Amino acid sequence: MENFLELTKLISPASLIPLFPLLGFLLTAFFGKTLKHAAGWLASAMILISFCLSTFLFINLPANADLSFTIFDWIKFGNVTLSFGFLIDHLSIIMLLVVTGIGFLIHLYSIGYMHNDEGFARFFSYLNLFIFFMLLLVLGNSYLVMFIGWEGVGLCSYLLIGFWFKNDAYNDAAKKAFIMNRIGDLGFLVAMFYMLFYFGGLDFETVNAGAQTLEVGNTLLVTITLLLFVGAMGKSAQIPLYTWLPDAMAGPTPVSALIHAATMVTAGIYMIARSNIIFAMAPLTLEVVMWVGVITSLFAAFIGMKQTDIKKVLAYSTVSQLGLMFVALGVGAFSSGMFHVVTHAFFKALLFLGAGSVIHAMGGEQDIRNMGGLAKYIKITFYTFLIATLAISGIFPFAGFFSKDEILAASFSEHKAVWVLASISSMITAFYMFRVMFLTFQNSFRGTEEQKHHLHESPWTMTVPLSILAIFSMVAGFWGMPAVMSSTHWFGTYLAPVFEGSKAYLGEGHHLDHGTEIMLMVIATVLALVSISIAYVMYVKNKTLPEADAETTGVAKWAANKFYVDEFYDKIIVRPITILSDVLFVLVDKLVIDLVVMAGAWLVGFTGRTIRLVQTGNTGFYVFAMVIGMMVLMFIQLVY
Amino acid sequence: MEQQILQAHPQNWYLVLSTILFSIGVMGVLMRRNALIILMCIELMLNSVNLLLVSFSAYAGNTDGQVFVFFIMVVAAAEVAVGLALLVSIYRNIATTDIDVLSKLKW
Amino acid sequence: MSSQLIFFMLAALSILSALFVVFSKNPIYNVLWLIVCFFSIAGHYVMLNAQFLAVVHIIVYAGAIMVLMLFTVMLLNLNKESEPHKSLMLKGASVITGGMMLLVLLAAMRSTELGAYAAPAVTDIGYVQKVGMKLFTDFLLPFEMTAVLFLGAMVGAVVLAKKEVN
Repeated sequence: MENFLELTKLISPASLIPLFPLLGFLLTAFFGKTLKHAAGWLASAMILISFCLSTFLFINLPANADLSFTIFDWIKFGNVTLSFGFLIDHLSIIMLLVVTGIGFLIHLYSIGYMHNDEGFARFFSYLNLFIFFMLLLVLGNSYLVMFIGWEGVGLCSYLLIGFWFKNDAYNDAAKKAFIMNRIGDLGFLVAMFYMLFYFGGLDFETVNAGAQTLEVGNTLLVTITLLLFVGAMGKSAQIPLYTWLPDAMAGPTPVSALIHAATMVTAGIYMIARSNIIFAMAPLTLEVVMWVGVITSLFAAFIGMKQTDIKKVLAYSTVSQLGLMFVALGVGAFSSGMFHVVTHAFFKALLFLGAGSVIHAMGGEQDIRNMGGLAKYIKITFYTFLIATLAISGIFPFAGFFSKDEILAASFSEHKAVWVLASISSMITAFYMFRVMFLTFQNSFRGTEEQKHHLHESPWTMTVPLSILAIFSMVAGFWGMPAVMSSTHWFGTYLAPVFEGSKAYLGEGHHLDHGTEIMLMVIATVLALVSISIAYVMYVKNKTLPEADAETTGVAKWAANKFYVDEFYDKIIVRPITILSDVLFVLVDKLVIDLVVMAGAWLVGFTGRTIRLVQTGNTGFYVFAMVIGMMVLMFIQLVY
Repeated sequence: MEQQILQAHPQNWYLVLSTILFSIGVMGVLMRRNALIILMCIELMLNSVNLLLVSFSAYAGNTDGQVFVFFIMVVAAAEVAVGLALLVSIYRNIATTDIDVLSKLKW
Repeated sequence: MSSQLIFFMLAALSILSALFVVFSKNPIYNVLWLIVCFFSIAGHYVMLNAQFLAVVHIIVYAGAIMVLMLFTVMLLNLNKESEPHKSLMLKGASVITGGMMLLVLLAAMRSTELGAYAAPAVTDIGYVQKVGMKLFTDFLLPFEMTAVLFLGAMVGAVVLAKKEVN
């Protein structure tokens, strides 16, 4: 009872969390012109308040408790009631902290980064709106509320990618992201219809309860989970729906950091973690998730190796890391996946913000071939970037080491082939991340004199978030130390109640003995070190420069051109649709619809032109017509 | 005495008479082009209807028909006043009362 | 003199004068023949026990309306020469149409049942008292409204016929 009371006290702070960003959105959207640069501070303050509230929840939520409450009944029909409610449990609290915490830092960073942009207030209103939807997504206690957030973040992503809407290429990138997401959303939507139809509700409780009455591996469950995974593919940029994410780098860099690295793209992973019970009950889907994840991871890593745009490299690395997270989910290690979401959020946000700082210093230059030797000009950026790079490469004791190791260990125990592929992928990751690192910060400057003169460290609003994120990139790993180093895995323990339900369906999983664990860690570290050394030799010792795209040959050329996936999609999907619409335009629009419409118009015109002749304006004629008409009427009356 | 007069001929006669008068009025409206004459023919038609109403009033022994006739006269008087005023102002503008000339009111 | 004879004489007079109204060329004659026609119709009214209406009819139609018409004819200086000519074909068509109208109306009348109106019992229905009672009780509102109508017609006639000041 006491527990219950304690929980009810948390309802109002929990409901307030998403409201502050919404308020910030409204204020900055409507009074942006008046607020000018205060808009940025206002927006940041709103996120800070939400962060504080999230922390409050984190501290006050009793252990192993979860709080699900309805705010209002939204749709009622028949015996189905779809309500709008929130669910506060350990999983959502982790996500809340990540979203609001990193969101706040990125807001702060944006104040410096976007300082000279004319759309300053608009930018912050979009960011706040994004945070609002992201919080809805995370807090929702039903797939429906989650879907609202899901669509909302998609919208904000579209708005922010196309933030500089005067550039057509950026607009195209925005549209691409939106449409690709829409394909995924369709899967999500159809999954919701299935759930509504078969389980009679959309909240997690109903769905889970309904699912548990079915047997494991039931076709219905497999269908639903596969459809949900299609949604996750779109949102979290997995093969085949990943091509939008690299293009999404058209948006301002803080956006890339917040939306396309730290938060929104992890929504798919969050969603699967949230639905862990039904996914665990569909082993086939988990298999699919795992393979898609590992292939995406490897594929994106290959492409990342040959990219020369600093943000593009980071984008492909994001895709690759997301793939790793899906591997974790696929092998049933949900908490490992979430752990990697959190650590990845820190170091990838840091990488993007660092890249933003570099771009800021270089005056908009994004090509790493024109950089070099920046280490001595922008020290803070360099060190923080280095930390992030070490973290993503999986070097002890940085955050990425622990989370990645956990995923690798989990995949090793489940599926050896996947472990091999995932290891190769993370090895490549270490290579291309250090390639970027070396090309950007080492050797001598390769840009123009003007750029060299311009080089400067960013203002404090940008460096402070960098430093904070760097600290977290260093220490976040210690939240989840492997069994061999520490007896408590704090992160795993914290999330354990959330994944309790799926335990029964996953089987006990093979527990690795300490020897194997150490061996895996050593292998991973050695692989990372080897690729770092290769990168060092290539780019620092030999000062190799990546050649221009036109000069590459063979596989490298394929990788540099992203394996022609975009071209492939264009040929296979876009072109046929264009042709089909052309054909339909000629056959249906021109021949049928136009004909019908034109015929109608012509008929009306013709009738009008003909009948108009009756209107002579001659009164005598009218009188005649009237009299004869009357006679005819009377005659009819008489005869019949 | 009056009763005898009434009984002397059936009401049908009045019906036929007023029908003939009405048809003559219609014929006039159709035939003439002078707006004034047309107005007069319309008066003729109105009067034939009046006659019919009075005959019905008399044969039914009810005053209502006569009151209607009274109102028709009122309306006819107003109509003629306005109609003639219109005619005068038309004549002032185009110096004719020929309705065939007044064919602008179309389309 | 039997009432039938009177009826036939009046009927012949009214039909003939009506025909003259339609066919005579000179507008002045038209007006005069119409006055004759109205007088004959007033005679019919008297025969139908509508003495009050007969008097009003003569005052309003023959006295006011026709004088107005006559004035207009003279004011506009209409005469035989100014009368527009219609083609013979149109005249024929008008006569035929009018005749057909008559036929149709008569045919309609043939089927009319008039049995109920055969023998009127009351003979004082046309007295001023009776008509006045009706007018000021059952038909008071329409009666008052005719006053408004007249006012409107008066103003309208004045506005329309007045010379444009410019």
